[in-house]
Amino acid sequence: MERDTILHRVRTALGRTANEAPAEPPPVYLRVPDWSLEERIRRFTEALEALGGRVYRAGGTAAVQEIVWEILAGRSAIVSADGLSGIPGVEGPYHDAARIREAASRVDAGITGAEYALAETGTLVLLAGPAEPRLISLLPPIHIAVVPVARLLANLDELLTKVPDPAAQTSAMVLITGPSRTADIEQILIRGVHGPGEVHVVLVDSETG
Amino acid sequence: MPIEQPAKIDQTLQDANLQLAIYSATGRLMAKRKDAISPDVCPDYQDLRTQANLVKKHTIENLDYYLEIVEKAVAARGGKVVYCRDATEVADFVLKLAKERDARLLVKSKSMTTEEIDLNERLEHHHLEAVETDLGEYILQLAHHKPYHIVAPALHLTRYDVADIFAEHLSAERETIPEKQTLMARVALREKFLAADIGITGANFVVADSGAVVVVENEGNARLTSSAPPIHIAIAGIEKLIPRAQDLAVFLRLLARSATGQPMTVYTSFLSGPRRGGETDGPDEFYLVLLDNGRSKLLADKGKRESLYCIRCGACLNHCPVYRKIGGHSYPWVYSGPIGAILSPQFMGVTHDPWLPFASTLCGACAEVCPVKIEIPRILLELRGEVVAAKTREKSNRWERLAFRLYAWAARHPSVWSAMGLAASAVAPDVPAMLNRGPIADWLSQRDLPPLPPKTFRQLWREREGTGVR
Amino acid sequence: MAPRVSLFVTCVVDQLFPKVGIAMADVLERAGCIVDFPEGQTCCGQPAFNSGYRDEARGMALHFLDVFRDCEYIVSPSGSCTAMASHHYAELFHKDPARMDEVRRMASKVWEFSRFLTDVVGVEDVGARFEHRVTYHDSCHALRELGIKTPPRKLLARVDGLTLAEHDATEECCGFGGTFSVKFPTVSGGMVRTKIDSIARSGADTVVSIDSSCLMQIQGALSRAGLPIRTMHLAEVLASR
Ligand code: SF4
Repeated sequence: MERDTILHRVRTALGRTANEAPAEPPPVYLRVPDWSLEERIRRFTEALEALGGRVYRAGGTAAVQEIVWEILAGRSAIVSADGLSGIPGVEGPYHDAARIREAASRVDAGITGAEYALAETGTLVLLAGPAEPRLISLLPPIHIAVVPVARLLANLDELLTKVPDPAAQTSAMVLITGPSRTADIEQILIRGVHGPGEVHVVLVDSETG
Repeated sequence: MPIEQPAKIDQTLQDANLQLAIYSATGRLMAKRKDAISPDVCPDYQDLRTQANLVKKHTIENLDYYLEIVEKAVAARGGKVVYCRDATEVADFVLKLAKERDARLLVKSKSMTTEEIDLNERLEHHHLEAVETDLGEYILQLAHHKPYHIVAPALHLTRYDVADIFAEHLSAERETIPEKQTLMARVALREKFLAADIGITGANFVVADSGAVVVVENEGNARLTSSAPPIHIAIAGIEKLIPRAQDLAVFLRLLARSATGQPMTVYTSFLSGPRRGGETDGPDEFYLVLLDNGRSKLLADKGKRESLYCIRCGACLNHCPVYRKIGGHSYPWVYSGPIGAILSPQFMGVTHDPWLPFASTLCGACAEVCPVKIEIPRILLELRGEVVAAKTREKSNRWERLAFRLYAWAARHPSVWSAMGLAASAVAPDVPAMLNRGPIADWLSQRDLPPLPPKTFRQLWREREGTGVR
Repeated sequence: MAPRVSLFVTCVVDQLFPKVGIAMADVLERAGCIVDFPEGQTCCGQPAFNSGYRDEARGMALHFLDVFRDCEYIVSPSGSCTAMASHHYAELFHKDPARMDEVRRMASKVWEFSRFLTDVVGVEDVGARFEHRVTYHDSCHALRELGIKTPPRKLLARVDGLTLAEHDATEECCGFGGTFSVKFPTVSGGMVRTKIDSIARSGADTVVSIDSSCLMQIQGALSRAGLPIRTMHLAEVLASR
């Protein structure tokens, strides 16, 4: 009822008729710079660190474990998927929503992967899925993401070239660019409002490890 | 003669602290934007604007088509589109759902669209608790203020104001350090997020082909609002549609750079439907409310429908010399600044606040910075014409109209015109009054007049030609 | 061949700043133009147009088109009035295709003074001498409707003895806005005070612009504030020697 009224009003206002196909939309505008891997790593690191995040490089899984262990410095953590369990104080992965929520609200850090990372802006791309619950990168005050360097894309345009319709893969894709922040009080920058105030990204050289 | 205008304008002008707060906050945002669009970091900024304008134009001109596309796409992902004609219908929908699901607590993330329809008041009226979770909006909700700025809602409040507000409403110690104030809000709101039955967000973009809403933010409250409660309702104006997910490359860039000078906001959530099979968390139900609330009416006017391209970046406010003096609360509606000055008359009728389209020097700063290239000054001029037409119909502008008619008549009769000029120089003190068509006193309250020349240009020119002076 | 220039002096210059018009004529002649002044000219219609009186503005625009129909170049000491004729007449006549041709032809002949010198005549050094510290105010319509940013600066750069000291708010509106300053006197006053604060910080003793109405607004506030800074139209600076 409301639907039909609104569609009717819109059509009348525009002088269109039902089922009238529109002209072609303007062609999409995507610009992907051609950056070498080293260039992408350099840009990613600069961009994220300028926002107050930290970037580390690891040669393989053993090195990742060590780096994460050092970042945690004894603080508690939950991990989103297999592969990083085994560090003292790190729990998970859990597959039950209630348990994830309870643990993520309690621990100091959430450790996740990332489907991609974007060099230009220092952005992490997380797709919600069985191995990536939404709340682990969100509730704890610290977010640690482990990303293979091969997943480092140039920019948003390259992401949307590779993933033209994120909805085909997940109900929730989130792009994370640095720590949670606000400037709502006198425009003073404060990190860690509702999301993590610390973001650490470990870039892993080889995917096999 | 000064036009009838809200008292808030002069109150704001006389408040020195507020003047400083507005001017420095908007100035900082201007500087940040300028850096973020400079050619070394954003070489194709103008191309991005052109593309954004073309995509918006295409979508708006075929809006019914894309509405039907998004409706199907949302349904295919297990969500539901709910059309609402006005504020009451949105409130009714939320209330009915809340009742069916036995929901009591709602969390909300910042959304100008829900401000537009006073959703919180309507829900509270029915004993539902609806909590704003963006830090600025949370402060405003406690203090019962309207947003002062599209992007920086609490721009008019200092840390000391916030301290008073928190002390009063959170029954806590008076705390004046912004870091600690933020922590207080984090703790209070975290509890709400985890207990909430329904989360309500706005949508910066609605992607037609994906059936998705895109929400950008810096704090993380919109992520929590859309992830933690079992029900997610996204409320968007029908004009928020874009055809394809790939168009986001252009719009996300422009929005963040124009609004706060960030290359990307901290969080960009791309949300399509409820949690899917296999996904471990996320809402069980997803609703996309598509709100008309007068928008379809605007579409009919070809010359002004581009007002609906707006992506609410706030850049036109920051760059508007009038907004920077009169502030966000002098405007009649939730939308302030140049975009408010063209939206309000179109939504509320030109006679509601006839002063508004005139409150501009037509300096053009807004159009220069608008990322989707809305020609705000041109639209203001059209609205001025409509105000005059309405006043002419109700005969409330007799004298002004007569003055302009005489003036126009004289301008078409050069001998009359120059005689008037000569007469004017003869009665020198009256010249500025004639030129400005208003009591000299108001004008002179602000500035001095130039010394009046004894002769007009016409006279000097005749003398010059006569004597051959070079 | 020497360009034939018809002056469009605007009502503000005719009535309040006649010397600006004379200075403009002097500079144009020195630059080799043949200058005349069509006596039938009155007002471009901008005040009526900006106040929402479009029918009245249309009548005035028709008169303007009549007066200047056969001119080769029309040059004006105002970005704002130039923009009215070159940009806004189209909004008045867009429903009248026959008239639109004439409007378009007119638009291509109307020039703002500084850009006419640099882009049409092709001069930057007009042989002026002016030993002062000068700051330049970008008037909004010249800057944003006509895109005039560099021509006046190029001309000022070639004036002997002149130092250009930009103020930080050079692109900010002075708050005049025609009837705006009458309808909203206090807001307009607040805006111009911000402007002159910035001007004062530049250390300039002279504010130069290409729109006399902005200068009238700025001068009014400077003198009210008791600041020893004067305003001058670009034409007057270029005519000094
Ligand atoms: S009108 Fe343009 S500049 Fe103003 S808020 Fe909307 S998009 Fe931004």
